[in-house]
Amino acid sequence: MSPRILPAITLVASVAFAESGPPPWSERYDLPPPMPIPEGNEPTPARIELGRALFLFFDPRLSGPDWISCASCHNPALGWSDGLPVAFGTRPGEPPRATPTLFNVGYATVLMWDGRRRDLEHEALTSRNFEVADVVRRVAAIEGYAPLFEAAYPGEGITRQTIAKAIAAFERSIVSHDTPFDRWQRGEADAVSAAAKRGFALFRGKANCDACHHGYNFTDDGFHNIGLITPERFPQDPGRGKWVPIASQAGAFRTPTLREIGRTAPYMHNGIYATLEEVVEHYDRGGDVHPPRHPNIRPLGLTDREKADLLAFLHSLTTPDHEPFSLPNLPR
Amino acid sequence: MFEPILRLAPFLAALPGLAAHAADHQVRQHDKRFEPPQLRAKVGDVVHFLNDDPFYHNIYSLSETQPFDLGSYPQGESRPLKLERPGVIEVECALHPRMRMTIVVEE
Ligand code: HEC
Ligand code: HEC
Ligand SMILES: [Cu+2]
Repeated sequence: MSPRILPAITLVASVAFAESGPPPWSERYDLPPPMPIPEGNEPTPARIELGRALFLFFDPRLSGPDWISCASCHNPALGWSDGLPVAFGTRPGEPPRATPTLFNVGYATVLMWDGRRRDLEHEALTSRNFEVADVVRRVAAIEGYAPLFEAAYPGEGITRQTIAKAIAAFERSIVSHDTPFDRWQRGEADAVSAAAKRGFALFRGKANCDACHHGYNFTDDGFHNIGLITPERFPQDPGRGKWVPIASQAGAFRTPTLREIGRTAPYMHNGIYATLEEVVEHYDRGGDVHPPRHPNIRPLGLTDREKADLLAFLHSLTTPDHEPFSLPNLPR
Repeated sequence: MFEPILRLAPFLAALPGLAAHAADHQVRQHDKRFEPPQLRAKVGDVVHFLNDDPFYHNIYSLSETQPFDLGSYPQGESRPLKLERPGVIEVECALHPRMRMTIVVEE
């Protein structure tokens, strides 16, 4: 085949794609993308109420060892995480991992640090809290639940599926959408400081953070090895490489959202950094030795002022006064 | 006039008689998608994966037909894959798991 054809095809294709119009969702910082919602689980108030831990999510009577609820680890007062470097109670043989925040988890197209789950319904069913075989019986034993299930999922009854669906519907309601950064994006010029504005320019420019943390949720839903050190007391964690055994995925983890990042310390899959300052230093020095690293992780040469600007920007992604979260009355 | 012919070129090449030799195909990575999302080709053809996004992609496949890993490379770079066996190859990007395409390789 004539090699001349190749450049010509490229040209035609570029023309076809260079149409004007709004940028794709993945590029937008001012509007949330459509949230993927599975058929049959549209988030009605009754479903959110049911799932809203209110009843299930926070109900310690439903989890495996009786005293653990989802909120023991995904605590609303701790940014829907646990404030710990890694979650307590890691099972033997499993690498210890940090509890991810649930902010904007409804937008995620891959779940878990290594992407091994794809949808929230399935995730809830397989979470360790639901390993208990008699979870359905336990829910049904609490009389107050029956009418709540009937209101949320008429005729579907109390099953593992409806339990998981209610939890997922609730999780999709945990959103961060009104940070100072959002208000600035929507046109309030004074919503963030000049330093934060310079920090956003660095984020998309010299520091190149948006190569991975891009769009409304500040993530590409992708997997990268950013050159973190594994603390000595932990076993090596293969991350995504466990499922996709190719060079770039060894020690690669999902790009986390940066929304509400001021509330979710410590940072990284192994909780190695206690502060955002340490995170910025990590990127500035181009990570630590743990090849194969992602090629975008390289020394950035940021000045002290640039680091301060980047931090000001990161802090603008946190809602200053979160609505107090009211604990539900559990049905009896 | 001109453009449709160019667009058809790879398909014409796949017609018997016209293609005595291996053909070149291009698959572009743009906006975190493969273009085209499906490709029919023949054993011996070469597929060129062109990164047309301002960030890295890592094209690979774990399919039985032909597992491969082209590694991570930046915008403007293209890496070739020679099709060795008939069958279906599910192609993915390791960095962006939503990116998927299939190549149907015929004898
Ligand atoms: C003992 C602590 C603990 C408890 C209890 C717990 N989780 Fe988690 N959760 C984690 C950890 C750790 C991860 C990350 C695991 C990984 O990536 O390997 C996680 C991940 C998740 C994720 C994926 C988040 C993301 O961004 O990928 C969801 C959703 C989730 N948990 C929901 C729940 C629900 C619902 C419950 C209760 C049924 C629950 N969790 C109970 C610690 C916990
Ligand atoms: C090559 C892709 C990539 C680039 C570039 C990148 N990040 Fe990250 N970022 C990640 C991944 C992947 C993680 C999770 C890594 C892990 O835990 O193993 C992460 C984690 C973080 C975390 C911790 C989040 C949490 O919840 O634990 C912060 C904060 C962060 N990045 C900020 C930045 C900033 C600021 C920049 C620019 C200086 C940047 N990132 C550049 C991919 C990237
Ligand atoms: Cu990619």
